[in-house]
Amino acid sequence: MTLLSLENLTVRRGECPVVDHVTLSIGAKECVGLIGPNGAGKTTLMRAALGLETFSGTSSLARLNAVARAQAAAFLPQARQIAWPMEVETLVALGRVPHLPRGAQPGAVDRAAIDDAIHRLGLDGFRHRIATQLSGGEQGRVLIARALAQQTPLLLADEPIAGLDPAQQIATMQVFSALAEEGRAVLVSLHDLGLAARHCTRLILMHQGRVVADGAPAEVLTAELMAKVYGISIWRQDSPLGPVLQPMGVL
Amino acid sequence: MALRLSLLMIVAALFALSVLIGPAGLSLGDTLRALLLGQGEAATLVMREIRLPRAILAVLVGASLGLSGAAMQGFLRNPLAEPGLIGVSGSAALGAVIVLQAGLAATWWLALPLAALTGALLSVLLILLLAGPRGSSLTLILAGIAISALAGAMTTLVLNLSPNPFAASEVVFWMMGSLSDRSFDHVWIALPFMMIGWALLLSLGRPLDVLTLGEDAAATMGVATGRVRMVLVLGIASCVGAATAVAGAIGFVGLVVPHILRPFVGARPSALLWASALGGAAMVLAADLAVRLVLPDRDLKLGVLMAIIGAPFFLHLIYKTRGELR
Repeated sequence: MTLLSLENLTVRRGECPVVDHVTLSIGAKECVGLIGPNGAGKTTLMRAALGLETFSGTSSLARLNAVARAQAAAFLPQARQIAWPMEVETLVALGRVPHLPRGAQPGAVDRAAIDDAIHRLGLDGFRHRIATQLSGGEQGRVLIARALAQQTPLLLADEPIAGLDPAQQIATMQVFSALAEEGRAVLVSLHDLGLAARHCTRLILMHQGRVVADGAPAEVLTAELMAKVYGISIWRQDSPLGPVLQPMGVL
Repeated sequence: MALRLSLLMIVAALFALSVLIGPAGLSLGDTLRALLLGQGEAATLVMREIRLPRAILAVLVGASLGLSGAAMQGFLRNPLAEPGLIGVSGSAALGAVIVLQAGLAATWWLALPLAALTGALLSVLLILLLAGPRGSSLTLILAGIAISALAGAMTTLVLNLSPNPFAASEVVFWMMGSLSDRSFDHVWIALPFMMIGWALLLSLGRPLDVLTLGEDAAATMGVATGRVRMVLVLGIASCVGAATAVAGAIGFVGLVVPHILRPFVGARPSALLWASALGGAAMVLAADLAVRLVLPDRDLKLGVLMAIIGAPFFLHLIYKTRGELR
């Protein structure tokens, strides 16, 4: 089942295309890593796919009305914004808003979704803490939990693991791959190629607004492509514990 | 819920005091008999035509300003925002000042509130033109600052060119904000606009909650941010325009009340809307009582007292929470 399809999606800043004729589709059970250097167009691609940017081409999500889109896809923006000193649980519960009819209070289904999201991110002990008083990484996890509570078939997460400690980075990637195994799909942009190699079922590599590679991690994370796109050399090995990838030096 | 109830009780108590206390020096029994049964001609006149509309206006003006402040802060995600930010109060004041200066206010009592409402309306049209559906929150603030500055400059110009010192002092006093010498006519002219404003602003609870996560996240959670901005501007304009039209410029309520009540509602913007409306009503009622009790014979102006009490109180709040504000 296709959860997102983009055709010839192009976003221009003035004359310069920052996302250039991108065509791709994402189906259920996929945990797709979106990789590429800074300025490759990852964030703009996600925002345009959600209809937050003016673009040419088509996006299946941008065609939907606001509420239908909120039920089809959740978005975790790169900027972690928590404006008011609210409790963690209240913040996570905001994820249920697209599912609640006007004026309705959260019901049993909503409570279960909120509890599930809090539990998956290991935030059980933080429920009644004030979110703005948590550390940056903890706030990041609260916001991921908010996006999970939305319980959409597709989750788009823009650099969700930036600033998290190694254990939390791994745990978060495991949450995403678990979602994919349960039949949902995740599009996650990230810079950690080692984590991308281990936890994603598919990688999309962007460079200067274009998709230059799209496929299984082993096909995308080749020495040639890494040299061409990032200008780095890599060390790669299939270990008994799974694939290992380490960026080694700048070419 | 408990908070709403206690605020409601505070408002009710202050309302009762506001009706019962005044320079006419009526006894409690007299006031109640006059108010409820219409016994005693002079007392009935005082109660029904002077004190009652004054207390009702205090509630209406306070609720409108408190609600507008909570909505504005919620929308801009900034505790320093206040309803005057979009230039409505300045423009309403300009309309009123022109009418006062021209002497029309003395010949027809409706001229002043109508001119103030017209000023508010013009500023809204201008702001929607500048920061309409395709604008951003930043355009809204910048346009508001520009409109406020322009309205302020025009007001000063009117004073500057004033040939008549009496008209000028009348303008200055009006701008200080007051609820004295108001009648039910003022209630009837302000109420429809305020009710429209309340309905618009109270409908924004959920979008404001979601906006806590930023505009991008809100837009992907079913919130039409452009529409929310329109509703907000129209709601605040109706509330603040009508409040300024009948009471002059009263500051600080929209800024301080949401700030005081935020911790009591767990910082949720939607819960803060109701709480701030009640809190604003209580604050203006209390200030209007104080105006009558502190210097009964000097006609102390409500806006002046509000700022004199409000500013140090706000400083105290900032001092207390300065470690938490980030």
